[in-house]
Amino acid sequence: MNETNLLALILFSPALVAAVMLFLPREEKTLLRWAALLGSLVPLGLSVVLWFQFDKAQAGFQFQVQYAWYEALNSTFHLGVDGLSLTMVLLTTLLTPISILASFSITDRVKPYMILFLLLETGMLGVFLALDLLLFFVFWEIGLVPMYFLINQWGSEKGEREITKGWIVPARTYASFKFMIYTMAGSLGLLLAIQMIGVASGTYDLPRLYQTWPVMEELKNIPLSLSLSTVKAVAFWAFVIAFALKVPVWPFHTWLPDAHTEAPTAGSMILAGVLLKLGAYGFLRLVLPLYPAEAHRYAGALAFLATMAIIFGAFAAYGQKDFKRLVAYSSVNHMGFVVLGIAAAAYAAGTQDAVIALNGAVLQMFNHGLSAAGMFFLVGVIYERAHTRNLEDFGGLFPLVPVYGGILIFTSMASLGLPGLNGFVSEFLVVRGSWPILPLPTALSMLGLLFTGAYILKGIKHVLHGPTNTHWSGHITEINSREILVMAPLMVLILWIGVWPGWILNVINAAMNSLF
Amino acid sequence: MDFPVLSVIVFTPIVAGLLILLFPAERKNEVRVTALAAAAFALILSVWVYFSYDLAAGGYQFVENYNWLPALGISYIVGVDGMNAPLVLLTGVVMLTGVLISWGIDDRPREFFAFLFILASGVFGVFVAQDLFMLFFFYEIAVFPMYLLISIWGWVKTREYAAMKLTLYLFIGSVISLVGALAMYFNSGLNTFNMLELARVGFSKDFQVFWFPFVFFGFAILGGIFPFHNWSPDGHVAAPTAVSMFHAGVLMKLGAFAALRVGIMLLPEGAQTWKWLIMGLATVNVVYGAFIAMVQTDFKYVIGFSSVSHMGLVMLGFSTLTRDGLLGAGIQMFSHGVMTALFFAVVGMVYDRAHTREINELGGFSKKMPWVAVAFIIGGLVSMGMPGLSGFVAEFPIFMGVWQVQPIVAIIAAISIVITASYIIKIIGKVFFGPLSDEFEHHIGDVTALDKVALVTLCVILITLGVYPMVMSPLVASGVQSILSLFGGA
Amino acid sequence: MDVQNFEPSMILAILPEILLLVLAGFVLACDALWPEERKRNLGWLTAGGLALILVVSLLVAVPSLQSRLVFGGMVQQDWLGFAFKLLFIFGAAITAMFAMDHAELGERGEFYVLMLVSVIGMSLMASAGDIVMLYLAVETTSIPLYILAGFMRKDVKSTESGFKYLLFGALTSTVMLYGFSLLFGLTGSTSLYGIEALLAKTGLLPVTMLVGSLMLILVGFSFKVSAVPFHFWAPDVYEGAPTPVAGFLSTASKAAGFAVLLRVLFVVFTPYALDYWPAVLAALAVVTMTLGNLVALTQKNIKRLLAYSSIAHAGYILIGFVSWSILGMTSVVFYLIAYLMTNLAAFGVVTAVSRVTGKDEIASYAGLSRRSPTLALVIMVAFLSLAGMPPLGGFIAKIFVFAAAVQAGYIWLAFIGVINSIFGLYYYLTVLKVVYLYRSEDDNQPLPVSRPYAIALGILSFGIILIGTLFAPWYTWATAAVTSLF
Repeated sequence: MNETNLLALILFSPALVAAVMLFLPREEKTLLRWAALLGSLVPLGLSVVLWFQFDKAQAGFQFQVQYAWYEALNSTFHLGVDGLSLTMVLLTTLLTPISILASFSITDRVKPYMILFLLLETGMLGVFLALDLLLFFVFWEIGLVPMYFLINQWGSEKGEREITKGWIVPARTYASFKFMIYTMAGSLGLLLAIQMIGVASGTYDLPRLYQTWPVMEELKNIPLSLSLSTVKAVAFWAFVIAFALKVPVWPFHTWLPDAHTEAPTAGSMILAGVLLKLGAYGFLRLVLPLYPAEAHRYAGALAFLATMAIIFGAFAAYGQKDFKRLVAYSSVNHMGFVVLGIAAAAYAAGTQDAVIALNGAVLQMFNHGLSAAGMFFLVGVIYERAHTRNLEDFGGLFPLVPVYGGILIFTSMASLGLPGLNGFVSEFLVVRGSWPILPLPTALSMLGLLFTGAYILKGIKHVLHGPTNTHWSGHITEINSREILVMAPLMVLILWIGVWPGWILNVINAAMNSLF
Repeated sequence: MDFPVLSVIVFTPIVAGLLILLFPAERKNEVRVTALAAAAFALILSVWVYFSYDLAAGGYQFVENYNWLPALGISYIVGVDGMNAPLVLLTGVVMLTGVLISWGIDDRPREFFAFLFILASGVFGVFVAQDLFMLFFFYEIAVFPMYLLISIWGWVKTREYAAMKLTLYLFIGSVISLVGALAMYFNSGLNTFNMLELARVGFSKDFQVFWFPFVFFGFAILGGIFPFHNWSPDGHVAAPTAVSMFHAGVLMKLGAFAALRVGIMLLPEGAQTWKWLIMGLATVNVVYGAFIAMVQTDFKYVIGFSSVSHMGLVMLGFSTLTRDGLLGAGIQMFSHGVMTALFFAVVGMVYDRAHTREINELGGFSKKMPWVAVAFIIGGLVSMGMPGLSGFVAEFPIFMGVWQVQPIVAIIAAISIVITASYIIKIIGKVFFGPLSDEFEHHIGDVTALDKVALVTLCVILITLGVYPMVMSPLVASGVQSILSLFGGA
Repeated sequence: MDVQNFEPSMILAILPEILLLVLAGFVLACDALWPEERKRNLGWLTAGGLALILVVSLLVAVPSLQSRLVFGGMVQQDWLGFAFKLLFIFGAAITAMFAMDHAELGERGEFYVLMLVSVIGMSLMASAGDIVMLYLAVETTSIPLYILAGFMRKDVKSTESGFKYLLFGALTSTVMLYGFSLLFGLTGSTSLYGIEALLAKTGLLPVTMLVGSLMLILVGFSFKVSAVPFHFWAPDVYEGAPTPVAGFLSTASKAAGFAVLLRVLFVVFTPYALDYWPAVLAALAVVTMTLGNLVALTQKNIKRLLAYSSIAHAGYILIGFVSWSILGMTSVVFYLIAYLMTNLAAFGVVTAVSRVTGKDEIASYAGLSRRSPTLALVIMVAFLSLAGMPPLGGFIAKIFVFAAAVQAGYIWLAFIGVINSIFGLYYYLTVLKVVYLYRSEDDNQPLPVSRPYAIALGILSFGIILIGTLFAPWYTWATAAVTSLF
């Protein structure tokens, strides 16, 4: 394997598989499913190879390739990985085959579903691998389209919502529309800011921009009468809003509960597992290195929002009756820690505490990806059998489905942050790193942690414990082997990282040390 | 260059059209096949010209120069450069797909294709003309067939009104520019209509500032600039499908291109003075067009106003007079041309089967016409400027150009992206997804193989350009270079 | 310019006229001798004879570029006259072909003879070098035309039209003669060139007298070219006269008027004209164009529409006059060539259609594109040429006259001309709309087109397209015609 083209292969293999699948007959569902699954294992294998070939000692980007792409605008097709993106790539290529395996129960229009899923993977990988600002934006937006259709066409069939006066649509249409419009509107500022950067700097190449943009004295080519610091501040917030929407940071999170709830199971897995990380990745890759001064100045605001996300997310989750919506709000809650870590690092750039916080943030991204995907899948499992997600409809299912119960408890504990499992490691690191830097927000976040435990346990209690709801006896089947196979890798990794996180933290650490 | 490939491209349609007129009226299939052959031939040649252009050499290539009337300095000069080669290709593509889509026309197909081809020849001629007189000659040839095509084969309710309005508007615009062109001719004292030489003349600033609006806006009327855009939506809606494809896809580009070629390139100082007005009006086009599109209830009117909005982006790019803005405008002319041809083809396919274009009455068409649904989605994404497709490749540089001139305008114009997204998503959801009413369930069939070929061709082009901008950007950039050199260091 | 002494080669100067006379006599004789059934062939005879005359003239009688006065100063042998002569002969040949199958014209030899005599008059008009000759020629042209207009004795409208034409023509003729007499009185010479020399020499003539006489002369010519305000006769006469005659009137007769206008204005009045003459002509052009176009918008009868359209076109031609340059005059001549072909074609189609339908209402043209697609195409070519659309002759002609206006600095005039073209486009397109879009109950009945119409319309269509595309030779021809004036 040619070392230099590894990234391009990883990036495009899902799309190639999708292209091949175009020609498969649409009635052969089994063929389509297996083709998609096996096809998605290719990028996974390649990213494992990449992982092992990655040199942890060396800082900076490796495996870089650069092709002419849009020369007229000084934008190239520039790919590269460092510890941060490698982690995310691994997460993406891992979750996709798992999600596809989880989607084997879909029977309606399997072919377009699988094709969209694979295209989505390429879109997400592109964001993580891109080292060119324009290219980044392209892949950022591309990921929206498959997700929109996945929610819109294969989302939950029940429920109706009202978009504007008198226009009633199915809930999934509402959710997908909101998702799309929110994200696009949020990205508008990002688009304009990128244009401005490109025009002023004459290049879109990220490594170059890291050198030139933060120290830029004046805006070349742009006749703007505002002062440079004002312009940069506005651009900073434009970037922040776009990424904050995706993470999602309170108060830009309102699209998430609907989207997560109405999406099909695998859609939610990927949405929570990877797509939210795109936003956080944007913070780390773009906001902090390009706007160190502004990030420092506004770190307090960011930390405030993160804390709100942690606390309100937890409270909101606690109050849910819909299991899936509960897990959705838990994402808000968990991603809040990521943003807290980022905010701390922004405030005290270069200190060791900042690096610790960053390590925690990135690891939390990975961990949450695993546990959220797992939780959503498990919700999906029970939904397929019970056709309800209402917590009050369940009750004491543990004796009926013991294996499922066990797995559910395990994954929930990871989400809760039980020491010995992965969630604890990342949350500890974030708190350890942020405490010296931003004590007040960190302290408040502990409150949130308290309620995290509360809602998780509440969820488990309603589903598994208590008197058995006789309605279900005889009507609910155990988790089957395919579904166990879906959860297995996740569980293994959750445990492994919880017990011995070194293998991944070293990679992350190398990148965080030299992030900015 | 021995083989007069450009002349062959220009005259193939009209020769084929005249040939078709000689067929007996009943021989409908022979008419169609001949039309298809001619269109394919012209397309192949335009593709060949496009890819044979020597980027290293630059300038005008495949030039042919014959004296026509030396006493007045009128010559037949044609040539391609980076700006018009994509447009020639665009015309070839739209012509071919238009013929494929019109296969089902049963009322006097002979006259239909003959008039359509006269139109096509006029369009080709304008794009490659390097002599001002010739440019007008071909420009007018492209105006009158529209009248007949729309009034005879168009939508019964509004075709007469729309056809007359369109023809008069376009004619007014072109003759106003004509007077400006004549003024240039006489003022230069060179006794030539050769545009390359006229571009080097350097008219006085007062002359340029006086005449620029006449020339630019005369042509820009065909480009759909506010407030003279009124003819466009009605014309679009009333015209039969292939004519709408031509109209929005190519004809509006004709206006914008001529405005560039004759207005901006020959009167650069005039352009510098007037660019603020153009920028303002173009911004109105972009935003207002999007808003109006959003509230339409007739599917075709939505597309019509969306065209007005996207042509606004082209003219916005022109008005910046920067490398990036002009580059984006050049690519947008191509990208929007293909996209809007796709849109109108889809609208036509839906209407032919449903006999209604009211969005509220349609629904669930993806079940019956999956290819059409996918094609429309791709077109819709291009329209939104979704990265990965040609719309983004075109719009991004335009915005970059605007940043270099007036950043506020960039922010205002960007609003249109969100508005476009919302109405596109709404239409896709309403027309193609959602419940399919019973009467449609039984009466609607899928589109023909020829229709699918047309749709696939258009989609492939949009995706290719989006994924790999290098296929067009260096060519247009070289064309832009020669335009900017006229501004002497601007 | 000196009068040359007689040389035999001078016969060539009036060779076309002589041959026309011979042809007229021949036709008259054949008319007397031939039986009724073969009378129609008189048309072929006339057309063929005219074609022959055309060829012979081109071969033998082409004048040298240096013009000269011959026959005691009566005739000016130059390219201007020659070019127009050929134009008139061509127009007459076409008209003969159109008239051949017309019920009341084609079989009467007097028709052809009168037409030929009229052509003789026109030819002499175009090459007249003397006032008296000019007046004689004008009358020789007009009187047969009066009769031709009223040729359909049993038709009330035709008789009315002939009478109207006679009265109007006679009145304006008289006024013109008075103008001529004043000119003679002022200068003491009847030779156009002599007058010019005298005017140049003395220069002390009272301007008012000069201008006054010019105005009076202009009355007569305005009548001939149907310029406002002497256009009133045109719609009624065209409507009532037999259609081929209307076509002939609107083209050849008008061209003759312009030829004389060219010569008289240029030769006699140039030295005094430059100051404000262009403005006067411009005003005249504006009112003529505008009135013609605006009233045409309301017409429901196609012959009246074409009449007003002809008035409008006279206006466009007058724009060319405004620029006293070679380009301006060339554009006038070019326009006349293109216009002759176009208008003849238009009237020809009208003749062909009314021959079968018997109606001249625009509404009766509905469904024509289905009944006879070829006729519909010809009417499209003719009307689009009238509107000024490429690749037809009318487009080039219009561009040239507008260019002439711009060159002279009369930008506003060019703009008005342009706006008028738009009005014109509207009503021409409306007719085409009726032809192509509207349907009638007779859709299925094909409209037969007889041979002479087919040939004539074919020649004309071809000519219109030729002038519109390969216009260089015609332009050169027109330039040659005009240079002889300077």
